[in-house]
Amino acid sequence: MTPLTGPRALVYVVALAALATVPYWMPGDYYINVSSQILFYAIFALGLNVLVGYAGLVSLGHAGLLGIAAYATGYVLQSGYGHSAAILTALLLGLVSMAVYAVLSLRATGIGFIMITLALGEIVWGLCYRWTSITGGDNGINLHGRPRPFGLSIDSPSAYYYATLVVFLVALAAVTIFVRSPLGAALMGTRDQPRRMNALGYHVWGIRFWACMFSGLLTAISGVLFVYYTQFISPQAVDLTSSAEVLLMVISGGAGTLFGPIIGAALVVVVKSVVSGFIERWNLLLGAIFVAIVILMPEGLVPGTARLWRLAWRKAGARRGVKAEAKP
Amino acid sequence: MSALRVKALCKAFGGLRVTTNVDLDVQPGERRLIIGPNGAGKTTLFNLITGELMPDSGSIELFGDDITRAPSRRRPHMGMARTYQIITLFPHDTIIHNVSLALLGLSKMRWNPFIDIKRLGHLADDGHAALTRVGLSHIADRPLSQTSYGERRRVEIAMALAQNPKILLLDEPFAGLSIDERRDVHQLLLGIPRDVTMVMIEHNMDVALEFAERITLLHFGEVIVEGTRAEVVADPRTREVYLGH
Repeated sequence: MTPLTGPRALVYVVALAALATVPYWMPGDYYINVSSQILFYAIFALGLNVLVGYAGLVSLGHAGLLGIAAYATGYVLQSGYGHSAAILTALLLGLVSMAVYAVLSLRATGIGFIMITLALGEIVWGLCYRWTSITGGDNGINLHGRPRPFGLSIDSPSAYYYATLVVFLVALAAVTIFVRSPLGAALMGTRDQPRRMNALGYHVWGIRFWACMFSGLLTAISGVLFVYYTQFISPQAVDLTSSAEVLLMVISGGAGTLFGPIIGAALVVVVKSVVSGFIERWNLLLGAIFVAIVILMPEGLVPGTARLWRLAWRKAGARRGVKAEAKP
Repeated sequence: MSALRVKALCKAFGGLRVTTNVDLDVQPGERRLIIGPNGAGKTTLFNLITGELMPDSGSIELFGDDITRAPSRRRPHMGMARTYQIITLFPHDTIIHNVSLALLGLSKMRWNPFIDIKRLGHLADDGHAALTRVGLSHIADRPLSQTSYGERRRVEIAMALAQNPKILLLDEPFAGLSIDERRDVHQLLLGIPRDVTMVMIEHNMDVALEFAERITLLHFGEVIVEGTRAEVVADPRTREVYLGH
Protein backbone atom coordinates (compact mmCIF):
# COMPACT_ATOMS: atom_id res chain seq x y z
CA MET A 1 0.00 0.00 0.00
CA THR A 2 1.34 3.44 -0.83
CA PRO A 3 1.81 5.77 2.14
CA LEU A 4 -0.85 8.41 2.45
CA THR A 5 0.31 11.84 1.44
CA GLY A 6 -1.14 15.07 0.16
CA PRO A 7 -4.60 16.58 0.67
CA ARG A 8 -6.20 13.16 1.05
CA ALA A 9 -4.18 12.31 4.15
CA LEU A 10 -5.01 15.73 5.56
CA VAL A 11 -8.73 15.10 5.09
CA TYR A 12 -8.45 11.77 6.91
CA VAL A 13 -6.54 13.26 9.84
CA VAL A 14 -8.96 16.18 10.19
CA ALA A 15 -11.99 13.86 9.95
CA LEU A 16 -10.56 11.50 12.55
CA ALA A 17 -9.68 14.38 14.88
CA ALA A 18 -13.17 15.84 14.46
CA LEU A 19 -14.78 12.46 15.22
CA ALA A 20 -12.57 11.91 18.25
CA THR A 21 -13.48 15.25 19.79
CA VAL A 22 -17.22 15.36 19.04
CA PRO A 23 -18.30 15.50 22.72
CA TYR A 24 -16.09 18.57 23.22
CA TRP A 25 -17.32 20.73 20.39
CA MET A 26 -20.93 19.59 19.97
CA PRO A 27 -23.38 21.99 21.63
CA GLY A 28 -24.97 19.65 24.14
CA ASP A 29 -25.97 16.05 24.75
CA TYR A 30 -28.65 16.04 22.09
CA TYR A 31 -26.12 16.56 19.34
CA ILE A 32 -23.75 13.99 20.79
CA ASN A 33 -26.62 11.51 20.61
CA VAL A 34 -27.28 12.47 17.00
CA SER A 35 -23.61 11.76 16.31
CA SER A 36 -23.95 8.30 17.85
CA GLN A 37 -26.97 7.68 15.65
CA ILE A 38 -25.02 8.72 12.57
CA LEU A 39 -22.28 6.26 13.45
CA PHE A 40 -24.45 3.20 14.00
CA TYR A 41 -26.52 3.98 10.95
CA ALA A 42 -23.23 4.36 9.08
CA ILE A 43 -22.28 0.82 10.14
CA PHE A 44 -25.69 -0.35 8.91
CA ALA A 45 -25.14 1.45 5.59
CA LEU A 46 -21.58 0.09 5.29
CA GLY A 47 -23.04 -3.39 5.69
CA LEU A 48 -25.72 -2.85 3.06
CA ASN A 49 -23.16 -1.28 0.74
CA VAL A 50 -21.20 -4.55 0.69
CA LEU A 51 -24.18 -5.98 -1.16
CA VAL A 52 -25.54 -2.96 -3.05
CA GLY A 53 -22.24 -1.39 -4.02
CA TYR A 54 -19.74 -4.21 -4.29
CA ALA A 55 -21.93 -7.21 -5.11
CA GLY A 56 -24.54 -5.39 -7.20
CA LEU A 57 -27.29 -7.00 -5.14
CA VAL A 58 -29.92 -4.55 -3.89
CA SER A 59 -31.58 -5.66 -0.68
CA LEU A 60 -34.84 -4.14 0.55
CA GLY A 61 -35.06 -6.37 3.60
CA HIS A 62 -32.08 -5.32 5.66
CA ALA A 63 -34.12 -3.61 8.35
CA GLY A 64 -35.47 -7.07 9.12
CA LEU A 65 -31.94 -8.24 9.91
CA LEU A 66 -31.27 -5.22 12.04
CA GLY A 67 -34.55 -5.90 13.81
CA ILE A 68 -33.73 -9.54 14.47
CA ALA A 69 -30.46 -8.56 16.15
CA ALA A 70 -32.17 -5.83 18.16
CA TYR A 71 -35.08 -8.05 19.23
CA ALA A 72 -32.67 -10.86 20.14
CA THR A 73 -30.76 -8.50 22.40
CA GLY A 74 -33.95 -7.28 24.03
CA TYR A 75 -35.46 -10.73 24.45
CA VAL A 76 -32.35 -12.33 25.97
CA LEU A 77 -31.99 -9.44 28.42
CA GLN A 78 -35.67 -9.60 29.27
CA SER A 79 -35.28 -13.31 29.99
CA GLY A 80 -32.76 -12.45 32.67
CA TYR A 81 -29.46 -13.22 30.96
CA GLY A 82 -26.47 -10.89 30.84
CA HIS A 83 -25.30 -8.46 28.22
CA SER A 84 -22.61 -10.76 26.79
CA ALA A 85 -25.18 -13.49 26.20
CA ALA A 86 -27.55 -10.95 24.64
CA ILE A 87 -24.97 -9.51 22.26
CA LEU A 88 -23.62 -12.93 21.29
CA THR A 89 -27.12 -14.25 20.63
CA ALA A 90 -27.95 -11.16 18.60
CA LEU A 91 -24.90 -11.51 16.38
CA LEU A 92 -25.35 -15.25 15.91
CA LEU A 93 -29.06 -14.97 15.19
CA GLY A 94 -28.34 -12.10 12.82
CA LEU A 95 -25.86 -14.27 10.93
CA VAL A 96 -28.18 -17.28 10.83
CA SER A 97 -31.00 -15.08 9.55
CA MET A 98 -28.71 -13.62 6.93
CA ALA A 99 -27.75 -17.13 5.85
CA VAL A 100 -31.44 -17.97 5.41
CA TYR A 101 -31.97 -14.68 3.53
CA ALA A 102 -28.97 -15.50 1.31
CA VAL A 103 -29.97 -19.07 0.52
CA LEU A 104 -33.46 -17.94 -0.47
CA SER A 105 -32.65 -14.74 -2.31
CA LEU A 106 -29.38 -15.65 -4.06
CA ARG A 107 -31.41 -17.82 -6.40
CA ALA A 108 -31.93 -14.57 -8.27
CA THR A 109 -30.16 -11.32 -9.03
CA GLY A 110 -31.50 -7.94 -10.06
CA ILE A 111 -35.21 -7.35 -9.57
CA GLY A 112 -35.72 -10.92 -8.37
CA PHE A 113 -33.22 -10.42 -5.55
CA ILE A 114 -34.90 -7.15 -4.54
CA MET A 115 -38.34 -8.75 -4.45
CA ILE A 116 -37.25 -11.77 -2.40
CA THR A 117 -35.41 -9.64 0.16
CA LEU A 118 -38.39 -7.30 0.29
CA ALA A 119 -40.68 -10.24 1.01
CA LEU A 120 -38.34 -11.62 3.67
CA GLY A 121 -38.15 -8.22 5.34
CA GLU A 122 -41.94 -8.06 5.41
CA ILE A 123 -42.11 -11.56 6.93
CA VAL A 124 -39.76 -10.48 9.70
CA TRP A 125 -41.85 -7.36 10.26
CA GLY A 126 -45.00 -9.51 10.43
CA LEU A 127 -43.37 -11.80 12.98
CA CYS A 128 -42.26 -8.86 15.11
CA TYR A 129 -45.75 -7.43 15.00
CA ARG A 130 -47.71 -10.63 15.62
CA TRP A 131 -45.49 -12.96 17.65
CA THR A 132 -46.39 -11.04 20.77
CA SER A 133 -45.21 -13.66 23.28
CA ILE A 134 -41.64 -12.98 22.20
CA THR A 135 -41.65 -9.51 20.68
CA GLY A 136 -44.32 -7.78 22.73
CA GLY A 137 -46.12 -6.92 19.48
CA ASP A 138 -46.85 -3.27 19.01
CA ASN A 139 -45.53 -2.46 22.49
CA GLY A 140 -42.06 -3.73 21.62
CA ILE A 141 -39.40 -4.57 24.16
CA ASN A 142 -37.88 -2.12 26.62
CA LEU A 143 -34.29 -2.47 27.72
CA HIS A 144 -32.87 -1.42 31.05
CA GLY A 145 -29.29 -0.28 31.02
CA ARG A 146 -26.26 -0.77 28.85
CA PRO A 147 -23.35 -3.19 29.14
CA ARG A 148 -20.07 -2.16 30.75
CA PRO A 149 -17.33 -3.09 28.28
CA PHE A 150 -14.01 -3.59 30.14
CA GLY A 151 -15.74 -2.26 33.26
CA LEU A 152 -16.35 1.13 31.68
CA SER A 153 -19.78 2.71 31.95
CA ILE A 154 -21.26 3.77 28.63
CA ASP A 155 -24.43 5.24 30.08
CA SER A 156 -23.63 8.88 29.37
CA PRO A 157 -24.15 10.23 25.83
CA SER A 158 -20.47 10.92 25.28
CA ALA A 159 -19.36 7.52 26.62
CA TYR A 160 -21.85 5.78 24.35
CA TYR A 161 -20.64 7.91 21.49
CA TYR A 162 -17.08 6.76 22.03
CA ALA A 163 -18.11 3.12 22.28
CA THR A 164 -20.00 3.48 18.99
CA LEU A 165 -17.05 5.31 17.43
CA VAL A 166 -14.68 2.45 18.27
CA VAL A 167 -17.02 -0.13 16.75
CA PHE A 168 -17.55 2.12 13.73
CA LEU A 169 -13.83 2.51 13.09
CA VAL A 170 -13.31 -1.24 13.34
CA ALA A 171 -16.19 -1.81 10.91
CA LEU A 172 -14.79 0.77 8.48
CA ALA A 173 -11.35 -0.83 8.67
CA ALA A 174 -12.88 -4.26 8.05
CA VAL A 175 -14.72 -3.05 4.95
CA THR A 176 -11.60 -1.26 3.69
CA ILE A 177 -9.51 -4.41 4.05
CA PHE A 178 -12.21 -6.56 2.48
CA VAL A 179 -12.60 -4.31 -0.56
CA ARG A 180 -8.87 -4.48 -1.31
CA SER A 181 -8.62 -8.23 -0.80
CA PRO A 182 -8.80 -10.94 -3.45
CA LEU A 183 -12.27 -11.91 -2.21
CA GLY A 184 -13.35 -8.28 -2.51
CA ALA A 185 -11.99 -8.10 -6.06
CA ALA A 186 -13.75 -11.36 -6.85
CA LEU A 187 -17.01 -9.97 -5.46
CA MET A 188 -16.79 -6.92 -7.71
CA GLY A 189 -15.99 -9.29 -10.57
CA THR A 190 -19.22 -11.19 -9.93
CA ARG A 191 -21.05 -7.85 -9.96
CA ASP A 192 -19.66 -6.86 -13.37
CA GLN A 193 -19.29 -10.21 -15.20
CA PRO A 194 -20.73 -13.17 -13.29
CA ARG A 195 -20.56 -15.43 -16.33
CA ARG A 196 -16.92 -14.70 -16.95
CA MET A 197 -16.08 -15.16 -13.26
CA ASN A 198 -17.63 -18.59 -13.39
CA ALA A 199 -15.62 -19.44 -16.50
CA LEU A 200 -12.46 -18.26 -14.74
CA GLY A 201 -12.99 -20.81 -11.99
CA TYR A 202 -14.76 -18.74 -9.32
CA HIS A 203 -17.68 -20.03 -7.27
CA VAL A 204 -20.00 -17.10 -7.97
CA TRP A 205 -22.73 -18.21 -5.58
CA GLY A 206 -20.21 -18.88 -2.81
CA ILE A 207 -18.61 -15.47 -3.19
CA ARG A 208 -22.01 -13.78 -3.01
CA PHE A 209 -22.95 -15.89 -0.01
CA TRP A 210 -19.88 -14.77 1.99
CA ALA A 211 -20.53 -11.18 0.98
CA CYS A 212 -24.05 -11.58 2.40
CA MET A 213 -22.63 -12.96 5.64
CA PHE A 214 -20.25 -10.02 5.99
CA SER A 215 -23.09 -7.64 5.29
CA GLY A 216 -25.25 -9.49 7.81
CA LEU A 217 -22.60 -9.28 10.51
CA LEU A 218 -22.27 -5.51 10.12
CA THR A 219 -26.05 -5.16 10.11
CA ALA A 220 -26.38 -7.23 13.29
CA ILE A 221 -23.68 -5.14 14.98
CA SER A 222 -25.53 -1.96 14.09
CA GLY A 223 -28.73 -3.58 15.38
CA VAL A 224 -27.14 -4.16 18.79
CA LEU A 225 -25.81 -0.58 18.90
CA PHE A 226 -29.21 0.67 17.82
CA VAL A 227 -31.15 -1.13 20.53
CA TYR A 228 -28.71 -0.20 23.29
CA TYR A 229 -28.93 3.40 22.15
CA THR A 230 -32.72 3.67 22.03
CA GLN A 231 -33.28 1.16 24.86
CA PHE A 232 -36.37 0.13 22.96
CA ILE A 233 -37.27 -1.94 19.92
CA SER A 234 -40.65 -2.06 18.18
CA PRO A 235 -41.87 -3.26 14.77
CA GLN A 236 -41.50 0.28 13.44
CA ALA A 237 -37.72 -0.13 13.25
CA VAL A 238 -38.16 -3.24 11.12
CA ASP A 239 -40.58 -1.98 8.49
CA LEU A 240 -40.03 -1.40 4.80
CA THR A 241 -39.49 2.35 5.31
CA SER A 242 -36.43 1.57 7.42
CA SER A 243 -35.05 -0.75 4.75
CA ALA A 244 -35.64 1.90 2.10
CA GLU A 245 -34.05 4.56 4.30
CA VAL A 246 -30.75 2.73 4.67
CA LEU A 247 -30.77 1.95 0.96
CA LEU A 248 -31.17 5.68 0.31
CA MET A 249 -28.22 6.36 2.61
CA VAL A 250 -26.07 4.05 0.50
CA ILE A 251 -27.25 5.37 -2.85
CA SER A 252 -27.24 9.07 -1.95
CA GLY A 253 -23.75 8.88 -0.47
CA GLY A 254 -22.37 6.75 -3.27
CA ALA A 255 -22.82 2.99 -3.60
CA GLY A 256 -19.62 1.04 -4.07
CA THR A 257 -17.48 3.68 -2.35
CA LEU A 258 -15.99 3.41 1.13
CA PHE A 259 -17.15 6.74 2.51
CA GLY A 260 -20.36 7.21 0.55
CA PRO A 261 -22.58 5.24 2.95
CA ILE A 262 -21.18 7.18 5.91
CA ILE A 263 -21.97 10.54 4.34
CA GLY A 264 -25.37 9.22 3.30
CA ALA A 265 -26.08 8.10 6.86
CA ALA A 266 -25.04 11.51 8.18
CA LEU A 267 -27.29 13.27 5.68
CA VAL A 268 -30.38 11.22 6.48
CA VAL A 269 -29.92 11.28 10.25
CA VAL A 270 -29.23 15.03 10.34
CA VAL A 271 -32.28 15.87 8.25
CA LYS A 272 -34.42 13.43 10.20
CA SER A 273 -33.48 14.47 13.69
CA VAL A 274 -31.99 17.96 13.54
CA VAL A 275 -33.63 19.70 10.60
CA SER A 276 -36.99 18.18 11.53
CA GLY A 277 -36.87 20.40 14.63
CA PHE A 278 -37.01 23.47 12.42
CA ILE A 279 -39.01 22.32 9.43
CA GLU A 280 -42.18 20.38 9.92
CA ARG A 281 -42.15 19.02 6.36
CA TRP A 282 -38.68 17.50 6.71
CA ASN A 283 -39.76 14.48 4.66
CA LEU A 284 -40.36 16.82 1.76
CA LEU A 285 -36.93 18.35 2.26
CA LEU A 286 -35.26 14.94 2.37
CA GLY A 287 -37.09 13.98 -0.83
CA ALA A 288 -35.98 17.22 -2.50
CA ILE A 289 -32.38 16.55 -1.46
CA PHE A 290 -32.53 13.04 -2.93
CA VAL A 291 -33.99 14.36 -6.17
CA ALA A 292 -31.23 16.97 -6.34
CA ILE A 293 -28.58 14.29 -5.76
CA VAL A 294 -30.02 12.05 -8.44
CA ILE A 295 -30.08 14.92 -10.94
CA LEU A 296 -26.74 16.57 -10.11
CA MET A 297 -24.68 13.64 -8.87
CA PRO A 298 -26.29 10.39 -9.94
CA GLU A 299 -23.23 8.47 -8.74
CA GLY A 300 -23.75 9.75 -5.17
CA LEU A 301 -22.45 12.58 -3.00
CA VAL A 302 -18.92 11.31 -2.38
CA PRO A 303 -17.92 10.36 -5.94
CA GLY A 304 -19.93 13.33 -7.29
CA THR A 305 -18.11 15.82 -5.08
CA ALA A 306 -14.79 14.23 -5.97
CA ARG A 307 -15.65 14.64 -9.65
CA LEU A 308 -16.61 18.31 -9.25
CA TRP A 309 -13.52 18.91 -7.16
CA ARG A 310 -11.26 17.46 -9.86
CA LEU A 311 -13.07 19.50 -12.48
CA ALA A 312 -12.64 22.72 -10.50
CA TRP A 313 -9.01 21.89 -9.79
CA ARG A 314 -8.32 21.33 -13.46
CA LYS A 315 -10.06 24.58 -14.44
CA ALA A 316 -8.13 26.50 -11.81
CA GLY A 317 -4.96 24.81 -13.05
CA ALA A 318 -5.76 25.84 -16.62
CA ARG A 319 -6.34 29.43 -15.50
CA ARG A 320 -3.04 29.48 -13.65
CA GLY A 321 -1.41 28.06 -16.76
CA VAL A 322 -2.89 30.84 -18.90
CA LYS A 323 -1.69 33.50 -16.46
CA ALA A 324 1.79 32.05 -16.40
CA GLU A 325 1.90 32.10 -20.18
CA ALA A 326 0.60 35.66 -20.36
CA LYS A 327 3.55 36.87 -18.32
CA PRO A 328 6.43 37.75 -20.59
CA MET B 1 -5.42 -40.41 -24.99
CA SER B 2 -7.40 -37.60 -26.53
CA ALA B 3 -7.18 -34.08 -25.17
CA LEU B 4 -10.88 -33.65 -25.72
CA ARG B 5 -13.34 -36.33 -26.64
CA VAL B 6 -17.00 -35.57 -27.21
CA LYS B 7 -19.30 -38.52 -27.74
CA ALA B 8 -22.84 -38.46 -29.14
CA LEU B 9 -23.53 -35.06 -27.60
CA CYS B 10 -27.13 -33.82 -27.89
CA LYS B 11 -28.79 -30.63 -26.79
CA ALA B 12 -32.21 -29.23 -27.62
CA PHE B 13 -33.85 -25.96 -26.67
CA GLY B 14 -37.48 -27.05 -26.62
CA GLY B 15 -38.11 -28.45 -30.07
CA LEU B 16 -35.00 -26.90 -31.56
CA ARG B 17 -32.18 -29.41 -31.75
CA VAL B 18 -29.03 -27.30 -31.62
CA THR B 19 -26.57 -30.12 -31.12
CA THR B 20 -27.29 -33.52 -32.62
CA ASN B 21 -25.05 -36.52 -32.00
CA VAL B 22 -21.86 -34.55 -32.18
CA ASP B 23 -18.62 -36.54 -31.95
CA LEU B 24 -15.34 -34.76 -31.61
CA ASP B 25 -11.90 -36.20 -30.95
CA VAL B 26 -9.10 -33.70 -30.52
CA GLN B 27 -5.56 -34.99 -29.96
CA PRO B 28 -3.11 -33.29 -27.55
CA GLY B 29 -1.38 -30.38 -29.23
CA GLU B 30 -3.80 -30.36 -32.13
CA ARG B 31 -5.14 -27.19 -33.74
CA ARG B 32 -8.78 -27.84 -34.55
CA LEU B 33 -11.02 -25.50 -36.43
CA ILE B 34 -14.78 -25.64 -36.17
CA ILE B 35 -16.65 -23.98 -38.99
CA GLY B 36 -20.24 -23.76 -40.05
CA PRO B 37 -22.79 -21.18 -41.17
CA ASN B 38 -24.59 -18.93 -38.70
CA GLY B 39 -26.81 -20.93 -36.38
CA ALA B 40 -24.88 -24.16 -36.96
CA GLY B 41 -24.46 -24.61 -33.21
CA LYS B 42 -20.76 -23.81 -32.90
CA THR B 43 -20.96 -21.57 -29.84
CA THR B 44 -23.53 -23.89 -28.29
CA LEU B 45 -21.03 -26.71 -28.67
CA PHE B 46 -18.45 -24.57 -26.84
CA ASN B 47 -20.95 -23.79 -24.11
CA LEU B 48 -21.58 -27.50 -23.70
CA ILE B 49 -17.88 -28.30 -23.58
CA THR B 50 -17.21 -25.58 -21.00
CA GLY B 51 -20.26 -26.57 -18.99
CA GLU B 52 -22.20 -23.32 -19.27
CA LEU B 53 -24.93 -25.50 -20.76
CA MET B 54 -25.69 -29.04 -19.65
CA PRO B 55 -26.11 -31.56 -22.47
CA ASP B 56 -29.28 -33.66 -22.74
CA SER B 57 -27.23 -36.75 -23.52
CA GLY B 58 -23.76 -37.79 -24.56
CA SER B 59 -20.47 -37.36 -22.78
CA ILE B 60 -17.42 -35.10 -22.68
CA GLU B 61 -13.96 -36.28 -21.66
CA LEU B 62 -11.00 -34.05 -20.89
CA PHE B 63 -7.70 -35.96 -21.04
CA GLY B 64 -9.55 -39.15 -20.20
CA ASP B 65 -11.63 -37.74 -17.32
CA ASP B 66 -15.38 -37.64 -17.75
CA ILE B 67 -16.39 -34.03 -17.13
CA THR B 68 -19.91 -34.18 -18.57
CA ARG B 69 -21.53 -33.29 -15.25
CA ALA B 70 -18.69 -31.29 -13.71
CA PRO B 71 -19.79 -27.75 -12.86
CA SER B 72 -18.40 -25.20 -15.31
CA ARG B 73 -16.46 -23.39 -12.59
CA ARG B 74 -14.43 -26.58 -11.96
CA ARG B 75 -13.32 -26.93 -15.56
CA PRO B 76 -10.74 -24.11 -15.56
CA HIS B 77 -9.12 -25.92 -12.63
CA MET B 78 -8.87 -29.00 -14.88
CA GLY B 79 -6.99 -27.08 -17.55
CA MET B 80 -9.73 -25.69 -19.77
CA ALA B 81 -9.83 -22.02 -20.75
CA ARG B 82 -11.99 -20.18 -23.22
CA THR B 83 -12.43 -16.80 -24.86
CA TYR B 84 -15.77 -15.30 -25.80
CA GLN B 85 -17.03 -14.23 -29.17
CA ILE B 86 -18.64 -11.20 -27.52
CA ILE B 87 -15.89 -9.63 -25.45
CA THR B 88 -16.58 -10.33 -21.79
CA LEU B 89 -14.17 -8.33 -19.66
CA PHE B 90 -14.27 -6.19 -16.53
CA PRO B 91 -14.88 -2.72 -17.95
CA HIS B 92 -14.21 -0.64 -14.81
CA ASP B 93 -10.78 -2.10 -14.15
CA THR B 94 -7.30 -1.89 -15.61
CA ILE B 95 -5.89 -4.42 -18.04
CA ILE B 96 -3.61 -5.90 -15.39
CA HIS B 97 -6.54 -6.25 -12.98
CA ASN B 98 -8.45 -8.22 -15.61
CA VAL B 99 -5.54 -10.61 -15.98
CA SER B 100 -5.07 -10.75 -12.20
CA LEU B 101 -8.65 -11.95 -11.83
CA ALA B 102 -7.89 -14.74 -14.29
CA LEU B 103 -4.83 -15.74 -12.27
CA LEU B 104 -6.65 -15.54 -8.95
CA GLY B 105 -9.43 -17.74 -10.28
CA LEU B 106 -7.14 -20.75 -10.09
CA SER B 107 -5.48 -19.75 -6.83
CA LYS B 108 -6.69 -20.69 -3.35
CA MET B 109 -5.98 -17.06 -2.52
CA ARG B 110 -9.27 -16.12 -4.23
CA TRP B 111 -11.16 -16.75 -0.98
CA ASN B 112 -8.85 -14.57 1.10
CA PRO B 113 -10.67 -11.50 2.50
CA PHE B 114 -7.72 -10.08 4.46
CA ILE B 115 -4.61 -9.63 2.35
CA ASP B 116 -4.18 -6.55 0.15
CA ILE B 117 -4.32 -7.69 -3.46
CA LYS B 118 -1.57 -5.21 -4.34
CA ARG B 119 0.78 -7.03 -1.97
CA LEU B 120 0.57 -10.24 -3.97
CA GLY B 121 3.73 -9.52 -5.93
CA HIS B 122 3.72 -12.79 -7.84
CA LEU B 123 0.24 -11.95 -9.10
CA ALA B 124 1.50 -8.77 -10.75
CA ASP B 125 4.56 -10.59 -12.13
CA ASP B 126 2.52 -13.42 -13.63
CA GLY B 127 0.03 -10.91 -14.97
CA HIS B 128 2.75 -8.94 -16.71
CA ALA B 129 4.19 -12.17 -18.11
CA ALA B 130 0.81 -13.06 -19.63
CA LEU B 131 0.45 -9.55 -21.03
CA THR B 132 3.94 -9.72 -22.52
CA ARG B 133 2.86 -12.80 -24.46
CA VAL B 134 0.11 -10.78 -26.14
CA GLY B 135 2.23 -7.62 -26.43
CA LEU B 136 0.27 -5.48 -23.98
CA SER B 137 2.54 -5.25 -20.94
CA HIS B 138 3.46 -1.66 -21.78
CA ILE B 139 -0.13 -0.54 -21.21
CA ALA B 140 -0.90 -2.91 -18.31
CA ASP B 141 -2.13 -0.15 -16.00
CA ARG B 142 -4.46 1.42 -18.55
CA PRO B 143 -8.17 1.25 -17.71
CA LEU B 144 -9.96 -1.16 -20.00
CA SER B 145 -12.34 1.64 -21.05
CA GLN B 146 -9.41 3.37 -22.77
CA THR B 147 -8.38 0.44 -24.95
CA SER B 148 -9.22 -0.44 -28.53
CA TYR B 149 -11.28 -3.40 -29.62
CA GLY B 150 -8.22 -5.19 -30.88
CA GLU B 151 -6.45 -4.70 -27.57
CA ARG B 152 -9.45 -6.10 -25.72
CA ARG B 153 -9.34 -9.20 -27.89
CA ARG B 154 -5.77 -9.66 -26.85
CA VAL B 155 -6.68 -9.12 -23.18
CA GLU B 156 -9.21 -11.94 -23.61
CA ILE B 157 -6.49 -14.20 -24.93
CA ALA B 158 -4.03 -13.07 -22.23
CA MET B 159 -6.57 -13.99 -19.55
CA ALA B 160 -6.97 -17.44 -21.03
CA LEU B 161 -3.21 -17.95 -21.40
CA ALA B 162 -2.59 -16.68 -17.85
CA GLN B 163 -4.42 -19.74 -16.58
CA ASN B 164 -1.88 -22.03 -18.28
CA PRO B 165 -4.58 -24.12 -19.91
CA LYS B 166 -4.02 -27.56 -21.39
CA ILE B 167 -6.82 -26.87 -23.83
CA LEU B 168 -7.84 -23.47 -25.12
CA LEU B 169 -11.22 -22.83 -26.72
CA LEU B 170 -11.29 -19.73 -28.92
CA ASP B 171 -14.66 -18.44 -30.02
CA GLU B 172 -14.14 -16.29 -33.12
CA PRO B 173 -10.94 -14.58 -31.96
CA PHE B 174 -10.75 -12.55 -35.18
CA ALA B 175 -14.31 -11.21 -35.13
CA GLY B 176 -14.48 -7.46 -35.54
CA LEU B 177 -10.74 -6.96 -35.99
CA SER B 178 -9.03 -4.87 -38.65
CA ILE B 179 -6.61 -6.54 -41.04
CA ASP B 180 -3.60 -5.39 -39.02
CA GLU B 181 -5.10 -6.50 -35.74
CA ARG B 182 -6.02 -9.82 -37.30
CA ARG B 183 -2.44 -10.37 -38.34
CA ASP B 184 -1.22 -9.59 -34.80
CA VAL B 185 -3.66 -12.00 -33.21
CA HIS B 186 -2.81 -14.60 -35.80
CA GLN B 187 0.90 -14.34 -35.00
CA LEU B 188 0.06 -14.52 -31.34
CA LEU B 189 -1.93 -17.73 -31.78
CA LEU B 190 0.80 -19.29 -33.93
CA GLY B 191 3.24 -18.57 -31.10
CA ILE B 192 1.34 -20.58 -28.51
CA PRO B 193 3.36 -23.73 -27.74
CA ARG B 194 2.20 -27.21 -28.65
CA ASP B 195 1.49 -28.27 -25.08
CA VAL B 196 -1.67 -26.23 -25.42
CA THR B 197 -4.36 -27.91 -27.47
CA MET B 198 -6.50 -25.39 -29.32
CA VAL B 199 -10.01 -25.54 -30.66
CA MET B 200 -11.17 -22.51 -32.58
CA ILE B 201 -14.44 -21.35 -34.02
CA GLU B 202 -13.89 -18.93 -36.86
CA HIS B 203 -15.68 -17.48 -39.83
CA ASN B 204 -12.71 -15.75 -41.29
CA MET B 205 -11.49 -18.44 -43.62
CA ASP B 206 -8.16 -17.07 -44.82
CA VAL B 207 -6.59 -16.83 -41.35
CA ALA B 208 -8.48 -19.76 -39.94
CA LEU B 209 -7.51 -22.25 -42.63
CA GLU B 210 -3.86 -21.42 -42.15
CA PHE B 211 -4.19 -22.12 -38.44
CA ALA B 212 -6.04 -25.42 -38.57
CA GLU B 213 -4.74 -28.93 -38.98
CA ARG B 214 -8.09 -30.61 -38.83
CA ILE B 215 -11.46 -29.06 -39.50
CA THR B 216 -14.92 -29.99 -38.32
CA LEU B 217 -17.85 -28.64 -40.28
CA LEU B 218 -21.10 -28.21 -38.37
CA HIS B 219 -24.46 -27.65 -40.00
CA PHE B 220 -27.78 -27.52 -38.13
CA GLY B 221 -26.08 -28.98 -35.07
CA GLU B 222 -24.61 -31.97 -36.87
CA VAL B 223 -21.09 -32.80 -37.91
CA ILE B 224 -21.25 -32.89 -41.70
CA VAL B 225 -17.61 -33.28 -42.60
CA GLU B 226 -14.49 -33.83 -40.58
CA GLY B 227 -10.95 -34.32 -41.78
CA THR B 228 -7.69 -32.62 -42.62
CA ARG B 229 -7.70 -29.15 -44.02
CA ALA B 230 -7.34 -30.36 -47.57
CA GLU B 231 -10.02 -33.02 -47.22
CA VAL B 232 -12.60 -30.66 -45.81
CA VAL B 233 -11.92 -27.88 -48.26
CA ALA B 234 -12.16 -30.32 -51.16
CA ASP B 235 -15.32 -32.01 -49.92
CA PRO B 236 -18.36 -31.08 -52.04
CA ARG B 237 -20.57 -30.92 -48.95
CA THR B 238 -18.37 -28.17 -47.51
CA ARG B 239 -18.82 -26.17 -50.68
CA GLU B 240 -22.52 -26.78 -50.55
CA VAL B 241 -23.20 -25.64 -46.95
CA TYR B 242 -20.43 -23.24 -46.28
CA LEU B 243 -18.11 -22.01 -48.95
CA GLY B 244 -20.84 -21.17 -51.44
CA HIS B 245 -21.19 -22.53 -54.91
